Amino acid sequence: MLAYFLQQLINGLTLGSIYGLIAIGYTMVYGIIGMINFAHGEIFMIGAFVSVIAFLVLGALDITFIPLALLVVLLAAMVFTAAWGWTVERLAYRPLRGSFRLAPLISAIGMSIALQNFVQISQGARVKPIQPVIQGGVVLFTGDEGFTVVMSYLQIFIIILTVVLMAVFTWIITRTSLGRQQRACEQDRMMAGLVGVNVDRTISLTFVMGAVLAAVAGLMVTLQYGVVDFYIGFLAGMKAFTAAVLGGIGSLPGAMLGGILIGLIEAFWSAYFTIEYKDVAVFGVLVLVLIFRPTGLLGRPEVEKV
Amino acid sequence: MAGPEANVTAGPDSDGRAPMQGGINLAEVVKESAIAAGIAGLLSLPLLGLHAANVGAQLLLRTRWELFFAAVAVVFVGRFVLALFRDRRKRPSHGPSAFDRTLHVIHERMLVIGIVALVAAVILPFTEWGGDRYIIYTATTFLIYVMLGWGLNIVVGLAGLLDLGYVAFYAVGAYCYALIATHFGWSFWVVLPLSGLFAAFFGVILGFPVLRLRGDYLAIVTLGFGEIVRVILINWYDVTNGPDGIIGIPRITFFGIEFRRGEGTFADLFGLDFSALHVMVFLYFVILVLAVITNLFTQRMRKLPTGRAWEALREDEIACRSLGINPTNVKLSAFALGAMFGGFAGSFFSVRAGFISPESFTFIESAIILAIVVLGGMGSQLGVVIAAAFVVVMPEVFRQFEQYRMLMFGGAMVLIMVWRPRGLLAFRSPTILMHPKDGKKTIVLKKEGA
Repeated sequence: MLAYFLQQLINGLTLGSIYGLIAIGYTMVYGIIGMINFAHGEIFMIGAFVSVIAFLVLGALDITFIPLALLVVLLAAMVFTAAWGWTVERLAYRPLRGSFRLAPLISAIGMSIALQNFVQISQGARVKPIQPVIQGGVVLFTGDEGFTVVMSYLQIFIIILTVVLMAVFTWIITRTSLGRQQRACEQDRMMAGLVGVNVDRTISLTFVMGAVLAAVAGLMVTLQYGVVDFYIGFLAGMKAFTAAVLGGIGSLPGAMLGGILIGLIEAFWSAYFTIEYKDVAVFGVLVLVLIFRPTGLLGRPEVEKV
Repeated sequence: MAGPEANVTAGPDSDGRAPMQGGINLAEVVKESAIAAGIAGLLSLPLLGLHAANVGAQLLLRTRWELFFAAVAVVFVGRFVLALFRDRRKRPSHGPSAFDRTLHVIHERMLVIGIVALVAAVILPFTEWGGDRYIIYTATTFLIYVMLGWGLNIVVGLAGLLDLGYVAFYAVGAYCYALIATHFGWSFWVVLPLSGLFAAFFGVILGFPVLRLRGDYLAIVTLGFGEIVRVILINWYDVTNGPDGIIGIPRITFFGIEFRRGEGTFADLFGLDFSALHVMVFLYFVILVLAVITNLFTQRMRKLPTGRAWEALREDEIACRSLGINPTNVKLSAFALGAMFGGFAGSFFSVRAGFISPESFTFIESAIILAIVVLGGMGSQLGVVIAAAFVVVMPEVFRQFEQYRMLMFGGAMVLIMVWRPRGLLAFRSPTILMHPKDGKKTIVLKKEGA
């Protein structure tokens, strides 16, 4: 039983890393402009599609050295997806800044519908399968009932990449000038603008950073499941947002923690209960957290002022 | 969190362009267009220029350079034209625009417009169009959306609560009628109020834990709830028959008299020749009455203390709390009443279709209903009608562009929001004023984001 448990733990961690990466995009945007970037799931989906297409391009160019291929695909996904993230903000959110509270959210929902259908029309509605890129794994140990605990190289890759990205992002947020500007905008946009922070640029870069992480998550999902379709953004986005709320929205470590918890809940629920109701379990947890700890696990309580 | 004052944010214009005054700097415009085209190229290279085509079980890479260059060219030209005409747009306007003045007129004559629209709706089946099944069918669909829009308007427009899972209550109503009618054979007229109550009950259960929290959480929890209801409908095979849905739902009766051929039926009783159109026209009138009830109910609520409290809460929760209003209970009442009308509409939907499946209750349906409320102008009853017409009629007109329907729908949502963030007929007139001028409602024209 321990072996089975460990296997689910590994699977859950992998899944959770992916959710966590997407959740960071939600939490950063929410922190800085206080809106739910509903189209973020679609940005993730575009990241997955760019990855698939980049793999095909590399296949056509006959590049078979896997580390190089992965690096190129990773960079391509990041660059192209970041462009999408930037454009979405520029077209759909920036004109609405400072407007009525629901307006950007509605605009985001419209953007999400439009992007989903754009990809469906331009790339076709059928699922896109790709060949497994990273194969094999290490057998950690064999349990008493003959159940072997395997950690695939892919899972190792995903977890290491997530840790590295988290380290880089923590460094950006806490140590660089950009990070300082972001935190300043988060606290008080008008004041930040008055002391010379380019607010629009900072917000744009926040979207770009979120999109870069979503692109990495898209690549991971492509590698992990081997299939991509235009609809994956909706559910993944919703779970990632749940993760962000669970961890305390606005908090980066919280988003990661929330993502991992959601991944674990999903993996264990599927393993020990019914796989059909795993999404119900995830939202059930969200509701429970909101009842008992409305600010999320790591969130600071927000004081409402007049 | 920075509030509405944030749009006065100082800081250099991020595009680095100087405001245009008088003449147009052509080089600047070309450069700007080139940048836009470059970004468009970056965006469309992987998704338009390249295509991962499904060939059998394999993916093959195809190129579509013509599409790619077309997209880049369109963006270049579009941006160029936009930049050329920008200075014209930036001219400071004096007073409200023509559109706002038209709105003002519309709002002053709201009652007249409402009555004219209602009369038109009542006589529609008796005009020559009334003989056309397609028109009656579309008009019924339209009225379902109007009713859903008015129902959701209570939640979103009046109480200011963002509900992204409204379709869940619609589904509850629909399944409520379908299950009770197929299992116990109860009549639609008995189940209709029940399904409303049931949906309201669900609204209370869901709303109770969440409504204490800030609005954004409500959005995500209602969204999750909508998904949960759908997942349960798909997986709870024993009761809901899963993805196959429920078939053979009993049809509507004329208060107990069936619409069939033969003795004792509707046609027989009224001495008419049997026609399949009768039931359609009857359904049309049922939903018309339901929708009008929803509307009148909302109008009436706005004059009652609870309705006033909804609007007050939407404007300022803290002020309400200090005046002794219990925000949770007030929100809960709005949420439950909105859900109730969703439930009514749902049971009507299932009696009309005779078949329901979880397919009909996806998130996109919620988004469409929300779009109707918000695009029409929050809180505006007439706006809902216009937006519903847009949402229902546009796809019918553009049937040959079926594929692009949702793409255009999403794009239109963004455009309308950017153009008029409070919706097309947005018009915020307080229901009451402290000092009404000559006893009439005064309407103040307010420019958005000014």
